[in-house]
Amino acid sequence: MYGNDFPGEDPPGGLLGEVEAAEVALRAAAARDRGAAEPGGDLAAYFAEVVDADQKIEPRDWMPEAYRRTLIRQIAQHAHSEIIGMQPEGNWISRAPSLKRKAILLAKVQDEAGHGLYLYAAAETLGVSRDELVDLLLSGRQKYSSIFNYPTLSWADVGAIGWLVDGAAIVNQVPLCRCSYGPYARAMIRVCKEESFHQRQGYEILHTLAHGTPAQKAMAQDSVDRWWYPSLAMFGPPDGDSTHSAQSMAWKIKRFSNDELRQRFVDMCVGQAEALGLRIPDPELRWNDDRQAYDFTQPDYDELMQVINGNGPCNRQRMEHRRRAHREGAWVREAATAYAAKRAEKEKVAA
Amino acid sequence: MSRQHTPLWEVFVRARRGLAHTHVGSLHAPDAELALHNARDLYTRRQEGVSIWVVPASAITASSPDEKDAFFDPAADKVYRHPTFYEVPDGVAHL
Ligand SMILES: [Fe+2]
Ligand SMILES: [Fe+2]
Repeated sequence: MYGNDFPGEDPPGGLLGEVEAAEVALRAAAARDRGAAEPGGDLAAYFAEVVDADQKIEPRDWMPEAYRRTLIRQIAQHAHSEIIGMQPEGNWISRAPSLKRKAILLAKVQDEAGHGLYLYAAAETLGVSRDELVDLLLSGRQKYSSIFNYPTLSWADVGAIGWLVDGAAIVNQVPLCRCSYGPYARAMIRVCKEESFHQRQGYEILHTLAHGTPAQKAMAQDSVDRWWYPSLAMFGPPDGDSTHSAQSMAWKIKRFSNDELRQRFVDMCVGQAEALGLRIPDPELRWNDDRQAYDFTQPDYDELMQVINGNGPCNRQRMEHRRRAHREGAWVREAATAYAAKRAEKEKVAA
Repeated sequence: MSRQHTPLWEVFVRARRGLAHTHVGSLHAPDAELALHNARDLYTRRQEGVSIWVVPASAITASSPDEKDAFFDPAADKVYRHPTFYEVPDGVAHL
């Protein structure tokens, strides 16, 4: 694995503990030796055996075409989300209230760029090129998470994004650390370890505001009010309407249904909101003793579909910004390539 | 396609003195120097390493029991493959 243990970290519990457990399981699965597929043997049966045994499929193993396509789409859209996800928070870097907050936010946004790059690299192992992936995003043929089409109106939104949006992302992503495709699982372990810091920094921002002046507390409450339902929508449509789920579960790409993960997220957030002294904007939110879980109001899935279809508050702005950044970076890429070619030429002459 | 692919590099990091370099992932860069810079920013933001190697992916010859088997498509010998199969339906809504 990557060996990215972080000095000074508390003994892991909760989600970070689950990531650690996934990493241990990955090593254990690797240790259970499995020979190569028999020459001339049944490749589909071998694939199924590896998946059933909770071992990892690696890039050059035989895999069903649909498995490959599903993974490319999922990993690519995940990568695009990390890249577009830099924008809402990037919006506040120059206006962070202190040098410390600015440095933290810069580092966080830089992490998101890193997540995008780990994931693009994982997608590329499936035989798609980086240029194609970038084109798929820029041409709008592939999506990114709808949450990033909402605006960041106040500094408290940076806190709410860290707590709720990174929080929901972690709940979604921790099970992906056990995904059957090795490069994706390994990338997710790395990503999840970094995400937990994102969530904590957001939570700390909200905690500070919620314990500040009445105006600061109101600002924090306002942003929780705006980000709560879009965060719940991050888990996707309800199980009945989710088209890809069953097959992805069978392939062990996905481990839990959208609704199971959404429930897990709500159950986690209730106590965290109480500790903040902020209200979750749901009058129906209450403990259900029979289910041993909270009852809650579902997000507006029509709104989710609207945002997915390009009609969210910031869809156009996000895409325009990404296209412009790509265009304006073209000369840098060209110059670096020209410089590399010139140097290679010189070395050839010298040799 | 008129565009030239920026070369792919494999990145190896020595986590601590006394340990071997371990493969951590890959990245694109036009030359070795930039690959090294990018590797530092991408894979060692949290002191994950004391030394980095970058190797052009195209310079790696791969061999492992699974990969040698004759029934694998010869195209799989290339570390960096180009797709011919790939089509994404418009309006994919999977998040
Ligand atoms: Fe991220
Ligand atoms: Fe994050």
